Amino acid sequence: MSNATVTPGRSADAPSSPGWDERGGRRQRRPRKPINTQFRTAVSPHQLNTTHGRIIYWIVLVIVVVSFTAAFVFPLYWMITGAMKSTEELNSIPPTFLPEHFSLDGYLQAWDLLELGRLLGNTALYAGGAWLLTIAFDVSAAYALSKLRPVLGKVVLALMLSTLMIPPLVIMLPAYLTVKDVPFFHWDLLNTPWAIWLPAAANGFNVFLLKRFFDSIPRELLEAAEIDGASPGRVLWSVVIPISRPILGVVSILTVVNVWRDFVWPLLVLPDSDRMSISIGIASLSSQMPQNVLVASLVIASIPTIVVFFIFQRHIMAGLTAGSLKG
Amino acid sequence: MTTASLPVANRRRRQPTKLRRAVRRNLTAYGFLCGALICFAFFSWYPMVRQVILSFQKTNFVDAPEWVGLKNFRTVFSDPAFAPAWINTAMFTLLALLCGYVIPFITALVLNELRHARAYLRFVVYLPVMLPPAVGVLLFQWFYNPDYGLFNQVLGFFHLPGLQWLNSTSTALISLVIVSTWMNMGSGTLIYLAALQTIPSELYEAAELDGAGLFKRIRHITIPQTKLILLVMLLLQIVATMQVFIEPYLLTGGGPENSTVTVVYLMYQYAFNFGSLNAGNALGLMLMLVLMVFSAIYLRVSRDNTV
Repeated sequence: MSNATVTPGRSADAPSSPGWDERGGRRQRRPRKPINTQFRTAVSPHQLNTTHGRIIYWIVLVIVVVSFTAAFVFPLYWMITGAMKSTEELNSIPPTFLPEHFSLDGYLQAWDLLELGRLLGNTALYAGGAWLLTIAFDVSAAYALSKLRPVLGKVVLALMLSTLMIPPLVIMLPAYLTVKDVPFFHWDLLNTPWAIWLPAAANGFNVFLLKRFFDSIPRELLEAAEIDGASPGRVLWSVVIPISRPILGVVSILTVVNVWRDFVWPLLVLPDSDRMSISIGIASLSSQMPQNVLVASLVIASIPTIVVFFIFQRHIMAGLTAGSLKG
Repeated sequence: MTTASLPVANRRRRQPTKLRRAVRRNLTAYGFLCGALICFAFFSWYPMVRQVILSFQKTNFVDAPEWVGLKNFRTVFSDPAFAPAWINTAMFTLLALLCGYVIPFITALVLNELRHARAYLRFVVYLPVMLPPAVGVLLFQWFYNPDYGLFNQVLGFFHLPGLQWLNSTSTALISLVIVSTWMNMGSGTLIYLAALQTIPSELYEAAELDGAGLFKRIRHITIPQTKLILLVMLLLQIVATMQVFIEPYLLTGGGPENSTVTVVYLMYQYAFNFGSLNAGNALGLMLMLVLMVFSAIYLRVSRDNTV
């Protein structure tokens, strides 16, 4: 009550603290830290720090944490432990919450039966090559469009961005035919890594992200290098790339993760079972595997992306919000 | 101005070097561009054009292609799976919007109010997005198993009758929507959360002084302030979900009784199972046109609001 009369606005959290100290002075309650109201959101900070508000806040918090854990962590827990159970245990009703015996046999079997080592190796090869090619082509393209500004540069940029408007799945059949028989060269790229690498570099979103970042680099910086006699290539290598690390990180992770997660394109262009990526390999054998082996292979297939997410969480989320603000 | 007033002779001497420099600059620029240009030309621009051409042709890659007019479209139209494919795609998009658009926004609203466990909740909600889609889909295939799957076990725990999930025409499509929402809602949630955090606090304070309650503040401050991102996400999500393929491909094969056949899935089947690539192209062209309408609206919206 007193808070509301003291002040409107931003300083709301300041007057609330003496109030809590007074309360803390009573014997039965130890002084509690008020709920942080530094960021003003839809809920009023005054209401939030009343007893009533606090109770509701903590109830909501507990509900959210529990339901998120149930919805997003529990399925993963079920997957990881399911792979340790025997087929009979998996089919038992009611299910066992913990595996009866702790054993990694399911994982070992999955590794051998599905030849996961080879599938993972293939996928790493596709992702690595796509990353190299994307960085090489898209960075230099974005640099040229942003800083060298050639004739028709705007048209080229518009054409590149126009590919964002047509989702790749919609043109998958003609793209497949192109890979099968590349015009002019008549190469058959099916079952070769190039079928993944080259289309991955044709990514309008990467060009857009990179160009927007390069646009923000002050001209003077580049001109200083040019006056010192640096060629455009040298400027790109020694000036632009070192200061573009954040955006290069975002583009790199997006590229690798996209290739790793992709399903439809590798399904079309890598039909040979020796060349399959991990998603396709597991999906194509899924119906022939015992359930626990299949689940184990799912766990193994998701480890790389989850690890990448643990390490590069910041970059990934930055890429996500950068994506939402395009336009 | 200064160059214009220079003597003619002087200008003549300067121009070639200027021209040469411009030519050189352009050559370097296109040198830098050529890798990306080749990739885009072969794998994006040419396929777009070829999509249109192939829709009106009959090609078997042995004889010269033959122009057949609208025959491919007629083939597709007369397919009994044609109408279900479009209806299912529309239904899937609609349901996926109801779940995958409303739920992430409400989740973001709630998350924005919380002061604890924020990093954990953000991490957890994005976790399924990082799984390869094939993994998420196959995981749910196991959960959906009517005999020993997790979902029926949970229902049984609460003494509710189990469902047939993917095996019944009435629940198959919604089962696909659940998988898709579970896998994709993380990105929407985080994008909305980022948008919510940009709302200036003065607006809420002013509204509060005017006596607006919590729901009024959400209705009159939060939603108008995030209107642009909501609209953009709506369009992006329509475009993304209309291409649904992996869920029906891995989970149902379009069944039971065509209840989960979608446009992209049908397109794939024409090309790789029915041996009629051109019909697949015709279908692809139709979808491309529909999606381009949404893309055009998206462009309009984002351009009007950023300039």
